Amino acid sequence: MSDTTFSLNLKIWRQESADKPGKMVDYKIDCVDEHMSFLEMLDVLNQQLIEKGEVPVAFDHDCREGICGTCGCMINGHAHGKDSETTLCQLHMRKFRDGDTLYLEPWRAKAFPIVQDLCVDRSAFDRIQAAGAYCSVHTGSAIDGNSLLVPKANAESAMDAAACIGCGACVAACKNASAMLFVGAKVSQFALLPQGQIERKERVLNMVEQMDAEGFGNCTNEFECEAACPKGISVDNIARMNREYIKAAATKAD
Amino acid sequence: MSNILDSKIPDGPLADKWDLHKAKLKLIAPNNRRKFNIIVVGSGLAGASAAASLAEMNYNVTCLCVQDSARRAHSIAAQGGINAAKNYPNDNDSIFRLFYDTIKGGDFRGREGNTYRLAQVSNNIIDQCVAQGVPFAREYGGVLSNRTFGGAQVSRTFYARGQTGQQLLLGAYSALMRQVNRGKVDMRPRREMMDLVKVDGVARGVVVRNLVTGELERYAADAVLLCTGGYGNVFYLSTNAKGCNVTAAYRCHKQGAFMANPCFTQIHPTCIPVSGDHQSKLTLMSESLRNDGRVWVPKKKGDDRPPSQIPDSERDYYLERKYPSFGNMVPRDVASRNAKVACDNGQGVGASGLAVYLDFQEAIEREGRDVIEARYGNLFHMYEKITAENPYEVPMRIYPAVHYTMGGLWVDYNLESTIPGLFVLGEANFSDHGANRLGASALMQGLADGYFVAPYTVAAHLAERALPAVSTEDEAFQAAEKGVRDRISKLLSVGGSKSVDYFHRKLGLTMWDHCGMARNEEGLKKALKIIPELREEFWKDVRVLGQGGQMNQELEKAGRVADFLEFGELMCRDALNRKESAGGHFREEYQTAEGEAKRDDENYRYVAAWEFKGDGKEPALHKEALEFENVELTQRSYK
Ligand SMILES: Cc1cc2nc3c(=O)[nH]c(=O)nc-3n(C[C@H](O)[C@H](O)[C@H](O)COP(=O)(O)OP(=O)(O)OC[C@H]3O[C@@H](n4cnc5c(N)ncnc54)[C@H](O)[C@@H]3O)c2cc1C
Ligand code: SF4
Ligand code: FES
Repeated sequence: MSDTTFSLNLKIWRQESADKPGKMVDYKIDCVDEHMSFLEMLDVLNQQLIEKGEVPVAFDHDCREGICGTCGCMINGHAHGKDSETTLCQLHMRKFRDGDTLYLEPWRAKAFPIVQDLCVDRSAFDRIQAAGAYCSVHTGSAIDGNSLLVPKANAESAMDAAACIGCGACVAACKNASAMLFVGAKVSQFALLPQGQIERKERVLNMVEQMDAEGFGNCTNEFECEAACPKGISVDNIARMNREYIKAAATKAD
Repeated sequence: MSNILDSKIPDGPLADKWDLHKAKLKLIAPNNRRKFNIIVVGSGLAGASAAASLAEMNYNVTCLCVQDSARRAHSIAAQGGINAAKNYPNDNDSIFRLFYDTIKGGDFRGREGNTYRLAQVSNNIIDQCVAQGVPFAREYGGVLSNRTFGGAQVSRTFYARGQTGQQLLLGAYSALMRQVNRGKVDMRPRREMMDLVKVDGVARGVVVRNLVTGELERYAADAVLLCTGGYGNVFYLSTNAKGCNVTAAYRCHKQGAFMANPCFTQIHPTCIPVSGDHQSKLTLMSESLRNDGRVWVPKKKGDDRPPSQIPDSERDYYLERKYPSFGNMVPRDVASRNAKVACDNGQGVGASGLAVYLDFQEAIEREGRDVIEARYGNLFHMYEKITAENPYEVPMRIYPAVHYTMGGLWVDYNLESTIPGLFVLGEANFSDHGANRLGASALMQGLADGYFVAPYTVAAHLAERALPAVSTEDEAFQAAEKGVRDRISKLLSVGGSKSVDYFHRKLGLTMWDHCGMARNEEGLKKALKIIPELREEFWKDVRVLGQGGQMNQELEKAGRVADFLEFGELMCRDALNRKESAGGHFREEYQTAEGEAKRDDENYRYVAAWEFKGDGKEPALHKEALEFENVELTQRSYK
């Protein structure tokens, strides 16, 4: 496999903990195989660091197949790297060339404080979710699944929105650190389904209120979020959320 | 037979057992429930559904998970679907048929009572998930859509594209977050349970490591629900998320919870083959693909022509050939074993020769590319990302990989382990799948346990046992915390020369070679020699850098691998003990003339439940006899 291995210069953000200062540190890695995933490349780097007695680089990951939304960092300023619709764990080294220099940094946003190295705290997303992204239905009280018909087109659009993995790349990619794509996707899923109608107004109002309280920025239509989103979540969801919000705010009294 | 193991399966006709049992379970009145605290460890389908349901009933719930958000539990990765006996497609499905397929699929090594209950509540699960807003696939008329999974001749699998687990988990997570908002669930992510705390023999709390600060925390409660998933990562390479581990279950095992059938592991037939030494995990290609994909290898050994140049007459569609009635939809154990046979026979494809084709050409011609894309688009996309090959044009190359663990902590019908007050839900328990799990039934089981079983049975535990108050300052908590602290210091102070991964890979390889798809006495005995040596080497030579009092991912891994190094031995011991082949446990010595698994119902029709007897001591085997009153034990046939 030697003909397919190559070297990279890595510049990685190292920060021991939230309250300590961080800095970029240079590393060189030689035996990168084109079949490796980006995270496997980091595994190899960490293996080398351990052998040298240096503390390995912390990065969050779990499923390594693009669905859990745990992984992610900036590569040369691009969230999850430059490839479209790809999470960091799905990015493969065949996309890079011998001698490339890569700057790896954590998501940067006021609402996502750094925990260590490339790991950030995205619990703000959980709090937005808790503010209203659900149907208030008790366990065991549901009616037969097929007594609620959902037009196929709505089901498909709801699924498009529900495909969000909550990774936070949209926030990291946005110069305002806006969470509108994430929140818009969740609001849309419920707005498109009959199950979501009862709590439609409170949901969007409460989620947007929480989003603002967490310190996410405003949307100024840069569309960087959509470009960075590994799941191809469309900015149409932001437009839908805005409409939902205006309608809900205007008719709040009733 | 041991009398310690009372499975508490209620008397009465199969179809009435659960109702009769529920009617007898004691209750806690609504306004008293807030006096009880419950710890739920894990936020996957089992944990999130249990935590949400119990909190909704007004218990105080603390829910812990290792990920940075409850939504990222490994259940998120499930792809293909969830079974239910709705019979919406009108193909003569029923609760009994789902029960029968599941118990037969498990090669008659599961409990009738549990499996029947699972089939019974399956329909409620679909209703519940629909009501939550889970965007299941629909037909043009707006009704729910179904597809077929292995081991069944009916379409009973509900799905949300190739992301069913994600959507079901997000549904359960939304219910969980609703309770967080109500203040009834205290959700604690980035926490790892390090030990169980027992008071007077009853599970009363846990010691947990805060994975951000490294601090140890104590939580006390009236019941502990372990929903910590499976242990497939003992093999190092598996389709499980990297964080999946046996630690929580194994710590409970060491405290007295019996471990049942640990050798029953599932090797999934359709995964992307290994590409090199750097490989850190394997990626599943959902079983649903076998609805339209045809499995084949070249008839000629070592045929290295590109697949498009191998004419149909020179291909061996071995599943269709050997199993005409189920064809490509045979259960997983059968499909995996046949792939191994083909590759062992020199017919494997790809650079390593350890792969078979899964070909969509015919389906694309028949249905059109659009239809195939709508069904499996995201899976094809995933495949292409990893392999740089386009499955619309070139057949996928697939090979079996470790996927699921049927074994787990022993539980009775109430899902209670041999430690009173410790309940085990989801993949972490052993109860419903026998020796082989059918596709789309793990999601069903996780949600059945969490939404519909535990909320009732846990109440009975609280109502029946007058539990004294406990505090996290009690001696039991202090002692447990000290044990955890000492172990962490020990791991950090070895100061050896090899990384944690080095040991994990070595263990994984040993397990795969000797306790994987095929097992035999010689190999298992060999593994039982290698593993203790490896464990010894680990404690002498592992290098864990960094501190304990901060985030330290190497330390996290080290603790988990240390447990795998003990648990792996137990698995091999169990596999050695079971001198029969059943489902995923294929002992080469015990096979039919046609190479199928050969059970020994006379001697091994039991659940093997292992009791921990102390470090360095042999565990004790307890047997729970399996009674079959409603199905006839037959040699499984999918021909
Ligand atoms: C790739 C893949 C695809 C699959 N597809 C399907 C499918 O289509 N249909 C199907 O039915 N099944 C499928 N399965 C199986 C199914 O997904 C799992 O069996 C099921 O989701 C397990 O759910 P669970 O709730 O028991 O555990 P998990 O979802 O694994 O959750 C475990 C939880 O426990 C927590 N935890 C673990 N250890 C600790 C600890 N020490 N301290 C604190 N918390 C801890 C974790 O953080 C997590 O929250 C698939 C599995 C895989 C790997
Ligand atoms: S919208 Fe896209 S980028 Fe944002 S969290 Fe969801 S998946 Fe990630
Ligand atoms: S590790 Fe799960 S999305 Fe990347």
